[in-house]
Amino acid sequence: MSPWATVVRYAVQESLRRRVFLVVLVLTGLFLAAYAAGALAIFGGLDDFGGDGDERAAVGTGLLGFAMFVVLFLGTTLAIFLTIGTVRGDAERGLLAPLVVRPLGRTQLLGARMAAAAAMSGGYVVAFFAVLVLLTGAVGQWFPDAVLGAGAGLVGAVLVVCALSLLGSTFLTATANGIAVFMLFGAGLAAALLHQLALGLDSGALKGISELAGWLLPFMALYLASLGSLGPDINTADILGGPSGVALFGWTLVYLALLAAGARTAFLRRDL
Amino acid sequence: MSEVLECHGLSKRYGAKLALESVDLTLARGELVGLLGPNGAGKTTLMKSACGLLRPSGGSVSVCGAPAGSGEALSRLGYLAELFRFPGWLTAEEVIELHQGLSRSRGGAAERAALLDLVGLGEARGVKVDAMSKGMQQRLGIAQALVGTPHLLLLDEPASALDPAGRRAVRELLLSLRQRGISVLLNSHLLSDVELVCDRVVLLVGGRVVRSGRPADLVRPRGVEVETASGVHTYEGSTREDAPRIVSELVAGGEQVYGVRVLASTLEDVYLESVGA
Repeated sequence: MSPWATVVRYAVQESLRRRVFLVVLVLTGLFLAAYAAGALAIFGGLDDFGGDGDERAAVGTGLLGFAMFVVLFLGTTLAIFLTIGTVRGDAERGLLAPLVVRPLGRTQLLGARMAAAAAMSGGYVVAFFAVLVLLTGAVGQWFPDAVLGAGAGLVGAVLVVCALSLLGSTFLTATANGIAVFMLFGAGLAAALLHQLALGLDSGALKGISELAGWLLPFMALYLASLGSLGPDINTADILGGPSGVALFGWTLVYLALLAAGARTAFLRRDL
Repeated sequence: MSEVLECHGLSKRYGAKLALESVDLTLARGELVGLLGPNGAGKTTLMKSACGLLRPSGGSVSVCGAPAGSGEALSRLGYLAELFRFPGWLTAEEVIELHQGLSRSRGGAAERAALLDLVGLGEARGVKVDAMSKGMQQRLGIAQALVGTPHLLLLDEPASALDPAGRRAVRELLLSLRQRGISVLLNSHLLSDVELVCDRVVLLVGGRVVRSGRPADLVRPRGVEVETASGVHTYEGSTREDAPRIVSELVAGGEQVYGVRVLASTLEDVYLESVGA
């Protein structure tokens, strides 16, 4: 096994043993149970009223769309907790030095840690979303139009937060980094609210700020894009300014590359 | 190339504080060098610079001819940090296996067993780090540093948590490593251990090398002590060469001599004198 694969395996094992993973799994189980009960009740009510296909699609979209925010939130939480202490946190706890003095190199070490965190949190999001889609389909006989697109948007959003947290870990202690990344996550949500406010007030300045936030924190745009993939009649373009469509895809790749380059440079220059 | 570690004009600055100032230090193959100095003298900074954890502010460090921190340099050294921790959920054997993977060691199970036996953890290979005492973890740290048979071993306070038996085992281990041609830079406050095993000591104070040499060369003669029937007489300033003459004179004067001891300062005296304590 190569040193890179060794670190990935070690990081995945470490993730699985963290208490946060268990907490997220328990919360996921509880949410799925509540979601199943809710879906049964709502689709059952729809049957009683003799709802047609359009109404079934509207209910399914609303239910799944709401649940996707929970997927985003729990996936983000998992990604943050898996990466908040990758550099400075582990260095202060004495865990990093024995790994860094091996011939693997800092770039590969960081890349392997990112790959492991991305695999864990991305895998979690895929599994959680797939269960929700199957559950919604089984209970309500409704499936979203573009399952893959919706899932990819969610995974992309979580990967962006994961990379932000990894970059933050090269500068901040674990606690400070966790707080900072959750604040950025909150800022992404606030940007959408700000955009709505800007539209209501017809304020160009607020609109500009929210659009800038949409570009700087693209995970929100990715989440909204995944919501837009649920059905043909869903328009999420006006919820948040910033990138959309192909521009969003391209910007996400550039953004991830910039975060990776920043984290690498900071890690290479850091005294441990 | 015979030098395993070479530091030339090595300096390290933390903001306004100069932690290392133009340090020159070399380690030959199989040499065991003790690094001494008070807290804050720059010993750990020197160790970390040698293994690439710190970037020097000036000068150069190389390991086996390769720049410190490069893949080639790192593949030839083993390092035990002063403050280190292994994941508590790994067993002793899994820790060694992890480091075998990181260093591309092909030693396999045989190397793991040999290293754990070497540090006295052969029976504890299945014990998780969380369940280990500090001393056991320190011994595991030494075993980890030896993965892949490094040319240079950097040990930062390797015996600080060990009991007397453990310290003795580490001393014996260091001597056996020297016999195998492994160079060791040992940072320790345990002066008696350093005096017993090191070929050479380097004394750092305020980031500068203030004394360097073989322990026997650093200590100074303090006199000759003679035990006679009338009591113990101390001849300060006399050396080993003066002893026969002193004894002859005492015997000629009718004294009965029961014992003669040549007095010399200890490494501790040298250390305390150098740090101004």
